Amino acid sequence: MASETELTPSSYIGHHLTYLTKQVGEGSFWVLHVDTLVTSVILGVLSLGFIWLVVRKATSGVPSKTQAFIELAVDFIDKEVKNIFHGDRHALVAPMALTVFVWVLMMNTMDILPIDITAKILENAFGLHNWKIVPTTDINTTFALALSIWFLMLFYNVKVKGLGGWLHELFCTPFGKSPLVWILNLLFNFIEYVSKPLSHSLRLFGNIYAGEVIFLLLGMWAATGISGTIFGAILGAGWAIFHILVVTLQAFIFMMLTVVYMSMAHESH
Amino acid sequence: MNINFTLISQAIAFSVFIWFTVKFVWPPLLRAIEERQKTIADGLAAGERGRHELELASQRSSDVLKEAKQRATEIILQAEKRASEIVEEAKKTAKEEGDRIVAGAKADIEHEVFSAKESLRQHVADLAVAGAAKILRREVDAKAHADLLAAIQEDLK
Repeated sequence: MASETELTPSSYIGHHLTYLTKQVGEGSFWVLHVDTLVTSVILGVLSLGFIWLVVRKATSGVPSKTQAFIELAVDFIDKEVKNIFHGDRHALVAPMALTVFVWVLMMNTMDILPIDITAKILENAFGLHNWKIVPTTDINTTFALALSIWFLMLFYNVKVKGLGGWLHELFCTPFGKSPLVWILNLLFNFIEYVSKPLSHSLRLFGNIYAGEVIFLLLGMWAATGISGTIFGAILGAGWAIFHILVVTLQAFIFMMLTVVYMSMAHESH
Repeated sequence: MNINFTLISQAIAFSVFIWFTVKFVWPPLLRAIEERQKTIADGLAAGERGRHELELASQRSSDVLKEAKQRATEIILQAEKRASEIVEEAKKTAKEEGDRIVAGAKADIEHEVFSAKESLRQHVADLAVAGAAKILRREVDAKAHADLLAAIQEDLK
């Protein structure tokens, strides 16, 4: 930001929405968003590593306050999973739900950090320009999660029902077994399978991205003078408080959809 | 809104995190929670059992107490009955004994009276004979009138 000579609203927003990229191969696909990847990995390692450190010393007796906190979170997620998923949830689905919730929540929460202050710190202390600190405002992150889950869903569909069982389900639900509606059923299922990862990823992306943009717009009030700065700060604080709800809710919804999709893959109609 | 290699890198990171959670985070915590749940459930069950046993014991003790009271009442009643029986018996025995003593005394008295009468009669007879002998010293020859004297003696009996 300091390098720019003229600061206009579009350059301000554009600056904050630019990724730190690295070309890893030929073509427009072989580009890596270093900021997204590094931030998300650091957050994942921090949060899951913290849980792991606590859990490693977990006692079945009287738990420490930290362990009790982790247990509360885990128990909350485990209960939600138990209500939806009726297989052996401890093998994959429940730990996966924990991973998704914790990781997405951490990534979303980056949204609440004051965007210009963190940008300044990263720029001055680490020399990093254009470092986007909210990985979930990157469509690549949300698509990566949703598609991983989508592939797991396909895998378990085939594994649990068998290839024949799954094909049967594709052709014979939801409208019935009659050959007349096979095409309709297949079309319907096709739309469903396409829309699942799209709605799954775009919901999270849209909410967090919009939140980020609103923070930027509120930040622009600072350009209008002292009273504008105060006004923007008050609105920004309000939006941040409201955003605590949004980031948690979006992480929870993302987790719940994960569990629901996995559950649908395990149960035949 | 450009999809690029970041997607694949993020998917790899995601898989690694899932693997880590499945492998290292979930099992120990689940074990700890389940063990604690079991401990708590056992404790609750033990408490419930203890309360049940206490209830049974108090029930039993009150039963025993009631039975003991009943027994005591019975024993007291029996004892009272027996006591009155004993008293009655004693009275009866005493009366019989008294009667017997009285009868014995009466018999003794009668015997005494009889022997006193007998000895008196003997004395009177002797006196009469002696008186008569004094009066009739000369005329009466004891030998000659022995049968007469005997007859008189016989009469006085």
